[in-house]
Amino acid sequence: MIPELGHFSLILALLLALVQGVLPLAGAARNNPAWMAVARPAARAQFLFVAIAFAALAYSFLIGDFSVVNVTRNSHSRLPEIYRFTATWGSHEGSMLLWTFILALWTVSVTLFSRHLPDDMVARVVGVMGLVSFGFLLFMLATSNPFLRMPMAMDGSDLNPLLQDPGMVVHPPILYMGYVGFSVAFAFAIAALLSGKLDASWARWSRPWTTAAWAFLTIGIMMGSWWAYYELGWGGWWFWDPVENASLMPWLVGTALIHSLAVTEKRGSFKAWTVFLAIGAFSLSLLGTFLVRSGVLSSVHSFATDPTRGLFILIFLASVIGSSLFLFAMRASKVGLGGRFALVSRESFLMVNNILLLTATGAVLLGTLYPLFLDALGLGKISVGPPYFNSVFVPLVTPLIFLAGIGPLARWKQVNVPELAHRLKWGFGASVVVALLLPLAQGDWQPMVALGCLLSLWLAVTAAIGVRARLRSGAGWSANFYGMHLAHLGVAVMVIGVTMVSNYQTERNMRMAVGETVTVKEYTFRFDGVTDVTGPNYTGSRGTLEVSENGKPFTTLHPEKRIYVASGMPFTESDIDYGFTRDLYVALGERLDDGAWSVRLFHKPFVVWIWIGAVLMALGGFMAITDRRYRISRKKEGAKA
Amino acid sequence: MKSRHKKLLLIAVVVLALGAVAALVLNAFQSNLVFFFSPTQVANGEAPMERAFRIGGLVEDGSLRREPDGVTAHFRITDTAKTIPVTYKGLLPDLFKEGKGVVAEGRMNTGGVFVAEQVLAKHDENYMPPEAASALEQAQKAQQTLVAPK
Repeated sequence: MIPELGHFSLILALLLALVQGVLPLAGAARNNPAWMAVARPAARAQFLFVAIAFAALAYSFLIGDFSVVNVTRNSHSRLPEIYRFTATWGSHEGSMLLWTFILALWTVSVTLFSRHLPDDMVARVVGVMGLVSFGFLLFMLATSNPFLRMPMAMDGSDLNPLLQDPGMVVHPPILYMGYVGFSVAFAFAIAALLSGKLDASWARWSRPWTTAAWAFLTIGIMMGSWWAYYELGWGGWWFWDPVENASLMPWLVGTALIHSLAVTEKRGSFKAWTVFLAIGAFSLSLLGTFLVRSGVLSSVHSFATDPTRGLFILIFLASVIGSSLFLFAMRASKVGLGGRFALVSRESFLMVNNILLLTATGAVLLGTLYPLFLDALGLGKISVGPPYFNSVFVPLVTPLIFLAGIGPLARWKQVNVPELAHRLKWGFGASVVVALLLPLAQGDWQPMVALGCLLSLWLAVTAAIGVRARLRSGAGWSANFYGMHLAHLGVAVMVIGVTMVSNYQTERNMRMAVGETVTVKEYTFRFDGVTDVTGPNYTGSRGTLEVSENGKPFTTLHPEKRIYVASGMPFTESDIDYGFTRDLYVALGERLDDGAWSVRLFHKPFVVWIWIGAVLMALGGFMAITDRRYRISRKKEGAKA
Repeated sequence: MKSRHKKLLLIAVVVLALGAVAALVLNAFQSNLVFFFSPTQVANGEAPMERAFRIGGLVEDGSLRREPDGVTAHFRITDTAKTIPVTYKGLLPDLFKEGKGVVAEGRMNTGGVFVAEQVLAKHDENYMPPEAASALEQAQKAQQTLVAPK
């Protein structure tokens, strides 16, 4: 009964999405206020029904209704309750429902926080989002119905053990908040193209939404990276896996977009470019969803391959990207140019920022899609690994971060170069000297470490110069300004983490007999054997490693090797001692003879800085959204209306 | 006149920068592509000796042997037609099993042994790496065509 209710709600939501997509857009085109007014109620009603559907699926998972195919394939009666809930989006069908649910959530937010917007703008934005939602609902109902029934099964086949982790409770919803959030920026861009009104106030409306989506995506990617680090047992934090690339591409374009929106809002320039980026960011989000969910890529994220699904998404993708680029081509020339700027100005710095970010996106796209194309055309199988991405990213990101230090200090329109150089020379000199000396503290001087330290210090020092100048000028609080610097500081922190762990990590793979010790840096690990362990839905061996620091007892680590009962899948559960300046990472390999095991040990300096940096970046983004400017304009325009 | 010069300069700078960047990306791309070969192709000498490549197929039953150090493994990858010996130093992935699909990345040494730097895991018990599946398929096709003329 409950699954049928969910199914029925989805059908109603589909119809409402169609209404929400067609009537307001037609109303805005014909200037019919009654039709435009449909936008808000239709969006809210659609949200209600998608929410009911989502709740119905979650309920089926929680009670373990094994007459639903989706539940049988991805759950098990002995699966702990929290994972039964997260299994709701652990499957292809469920994740599509989550996608649609989050889209409806963003749409409702737009209807709530848009009282200051002109009616035709709201109608168009909500209408475009309705059409996107219609596409996804149709996809779900036609090819991936999450409520499909079958004869009652005895029990489920269990959720993939990799997904049975607290990280999976939050990673997918947050990541989707980011992916889907770009649909708001996209809808604003399409609305602006349709109406022909592309001005500074349009950019000001669009900016907080875009920044929010970007901040969510940042957190989502960071969680995925952290999850891969502790859950996959290989100790890596980024593999340049196509699935990771699929989330990195919209992030890179989204980063370019929030910078370009700043120019459009403040100076009225880059308008067409900003619109193009908004279309690009959302298109790449869709492409990411397609790559990850269609089974084109082999990974933990892809599910049973079904060609009709792939075809549907491909058609959907082509029609969204095709029609928006067509509209862009028709209208972009009418957008007009904004304020002029000199060769050296904040605008030109931001332009270089955009070029570098888009080049990086292009490089990732090439490395991700080229192997797929070759394979699809039957021209052979190739893979593009981390060496390619690393050798491309370092030279692109180096100038990007260097300019991120200068950009915020540069004036709009035209920079007085000698004056700027004068302001920066001490900071630059100090950064270089410290960056050359810092690697010596690790006892092993390496040029890449010096470069990483230089970039990080440079960002921190220039941020300090900017903040000091603002405090001295007596200008008041600006959430936008401090949010930006916080985010840049996050980049600086992340660069330190990446640099240190890439250059100074220690890895040991070895056989350890009971009582045997191994020393890594100042830590000595003693293997005390394994004991049997039984979890709710797995059995396994639990190892004990006593760790001492410079001879003094320090901590005990318990890595596990599990076998999940329902699927029979073996699984490595690592154990980590997290620390501010280093992580100790232990994973069990295999049982060898007489109680000995193969063991993997890592000493990872500063690795948490990578994720702390990402969190600071996202916090900076969320902080910028609270800027008074976005609220004042709301009140003012509310007063006018 | 002056602003026109500036514009030209700007365009020239952008074009140069884009050219440099494109060269960088394509160069990195070309030197880091990793090609895939099936055991049959490797046995026929189609795989490069001087650069890294991927090989895939099934781990031959009974071929897995460990050295006393506990972390160096020797096994053979087969596509049912030809078999290539592989050696790997490190922890094998959870789902590495004899008789199951596997993909390894590394180089051939002069002794005809494939020295793997990486052995790729499957994420699911029932899942076959696409490269391994295609190697098996090709081998089967090849065998069928060999049988057919008789």
